[in-house]
Amino acid sequence: MELIVALGIGVLTGSGVWLLLRPRTFQVIIGLSLLSYAVNLFIFSTGGLKTGQPPILPPGGEGNLLEYADPLPQALVLTAIVISFATTALFLVVLLAARGLTGTDHVDGRERER
Amino acid sequence: MTGWVDHLVIAPVVLPLLAGTLLILLGERRRALRAGIAVASAVALLVIATLLVSLADGAGHEVRVYRLGNWPSVFAIVLVLDRLSAMMVALVAVLGLAAMVFSLARWQGAGAHFHPLLQFQLMGLNGAFLTGDLFNLFVFFEVMLAASYGLAMHGSGPARVRAGLHYIAVNLVAALLFLVGVSVLYGVGGTLSMADLSARMGAIPAEDRALVEAGAAILGVAFLIKAAMWPVGFWLPGTYAAASAPSAAILSILSKVGICVVLRLWLMLFGDDAAGSAGFGGPWLMAGGLATIAFGSIAVLATQDLARLAGASVLVSSGTLLAAIGAGLPGVTAGALYYLVSSVLAIGAFFLLVELVERGREVGADVLAVTREAFGTRRDDDDPEDMPAVDAPIPGAMVVLGGAFLCCALLLAGLPPLSGFLAKLAILAPLLAAAQGGLPPLTWLVLAALILSGLATLVAMLRAGIEAFWTSPPVSPPRVAALEAGPIAALLALAAGLTIMGGPVMRYTSEAAASLHAPRGYIEAVLPPEGVTVEEVP
Repeated sequence: MELIVALGIGVLTGSGVWLLLRPRTFQVIIGLSLLSYAVNLFIFSTGGLKTGQPPILPPGGEGNLLEYADPLPQALVLTAIVISFATTALFLVVLLAARGLTGTDHVDGRERER
Repeated sequence: MTGWVDHLVIAPVVLPLLAGTLLILLGERRRALRAGIAVASAVALLVIATLLVSLADGAGHEVRVYRLGNWPSVFAIVLVLDRLSAMMVALVAVLGLAAMVFSLARWQGAGAHFHPLLQFQLMGLNGAFLTGDLFNLFVFFEVMLAASYGLAMHGSGPARVRAGLHYIAVNLVAALLFLVGVSVLYGVGGTLSMADLSARMGAIPAEDRALVEAGAAILGVAFLIKAAMWPVGFWLPGTYAAASAPSAAILSILSKVGICVVLRLWLMLFGDDAAGSAGFGGPWLMAGGLATIAFGSIAVLATQDLARLAGASVLVSSGTLLAAIGAGLPGVTAGALYYLVSSVLAIGAFFLLVELVERGREVGADVLAVTREAFGTRRDDDDPEDMPAVDAPIPGAMVVLGGAFLCCALLLAGLPPLSGFLAKLAILAPLLAAAQGGLPPLTWLVLAALILSGLATLVAMLRAGIEAFWTSPPVSPPRVAALEAGPIAALLALAAGLTIMGGPVMRYTSEAAASLHAPRGYIEAVLPPEGVTVEEVP
């Protein structure tokens, strides 16, 4: 499972960075979204990858940290998802405004001269 | 929790939040009421900030901790008030009030929701300075940035939106790096509380040390993007130059957030207690600072536009601070903090001033003039009979603006008698004193960079000033409202006060620097000794 998650993060990051460096605003925003997925997966993985483990120790029982899913990274991921979603939406609005004001979807607001 | 004084620590976050929400609910009508609420909130913030500074400076209560929900230390999300955070909150309040009063004359009407955005900006800034928790820092960073996106594009127009697009993209990437850094630190250290993390640094096994250093470095890059260190600071001059004057003034303190966080976290994580990692990254900070000073100085000299000049001087001040912090000496850090206050006031005033000076001038006059100078062509209108008589009266507004410009130039270039000079002296003197018997080459470089950047700023400011006030004076004297001149005068008066009160302020910053360099007091305040549990992470 570690390998799949690691590959997933790697592929998402790689495509995200590549798209981020492209000249069209739409590519940039997709790149940012992919990067934020990669980062969310990464945060999630810092708690350790476990299947079928409870995040809360049973009441009264002896807790064992090895049979326990850390809930904190999951809470962090939730916050990170909400924030990156909101900022990406804001970026989308600015992107549309820039398209309307400059008449082009180039990130610099003008086409490169040929 | 013993009384209202303890709850004062959270007021700089809650008050702007409430005021901002109220302002949104009020809508765009009822201008006077909205302005009243906004100013009342900013004034209250200033009063609270002053109280907090006196609390932080009081004997016996060096570090105050506010536990949200009064959870035990290890679980609580904390706000921490120490000398550095109190000083920065006060600085935010001063700059916020100045920008707000300035905007009342004209800019508040240039677009929707200026006042709520400014309130949320203040909230984010205060929260980022006060928080003692890494993830909370991320949240406050995002609040601050989200508001700054709105402020940077306040007034709209192609130039602002284009600059804003770059600004947002750069900061979104920085936020992702921030998250990666935080989660690596959490993965290794097992905590998000800065104090707890700092306490655990010594116990981290040697094989995990590289991971911690990598995480901290990624986190550092995120802050340094904010602080506009070369080579990740190219976004700054363009964005700040395009922003409207009051927005630019408040944005100029955003770069200082990055610097303050780097200062605090670096000293906490990689202080003397960090065993093998002590001092990690120091040379990088210093080298980055030097590169930023060099880039900023060239940018200052190369620019032909007053607003970009102000943006470039933000770069110079960031570079100076980073280079001084990278030295890792308490004395130099004290000087750097003094410099920080002085440069924030000066740059804030300068951004406001630029807009007033530009107001009466024909568009592009300065660019034309510099081009003419470069090509040696005379202007067509240089005929003697067209020249105004030498004894023609200078408009009163121009005298005021010229005086303020002179003060800004003195402050930014670091010349006596204003605080800019004292600040540079306070950085250089301990640096020289620390190097007994032959200066190391890096210290020489910092010395040279600080002095040469002052010279570059002076040359650029002189050229811009001569151009703006003497060779191509405004076609018509600019109309300057008292509401606009007042904040500039107040900021410059504070800078002058900083000079007069140099002794007490230096004592304050020295104590702030001393406690930053010895974070034990901070850690023990957040985690009372009986509650310190340094359990091994599975």
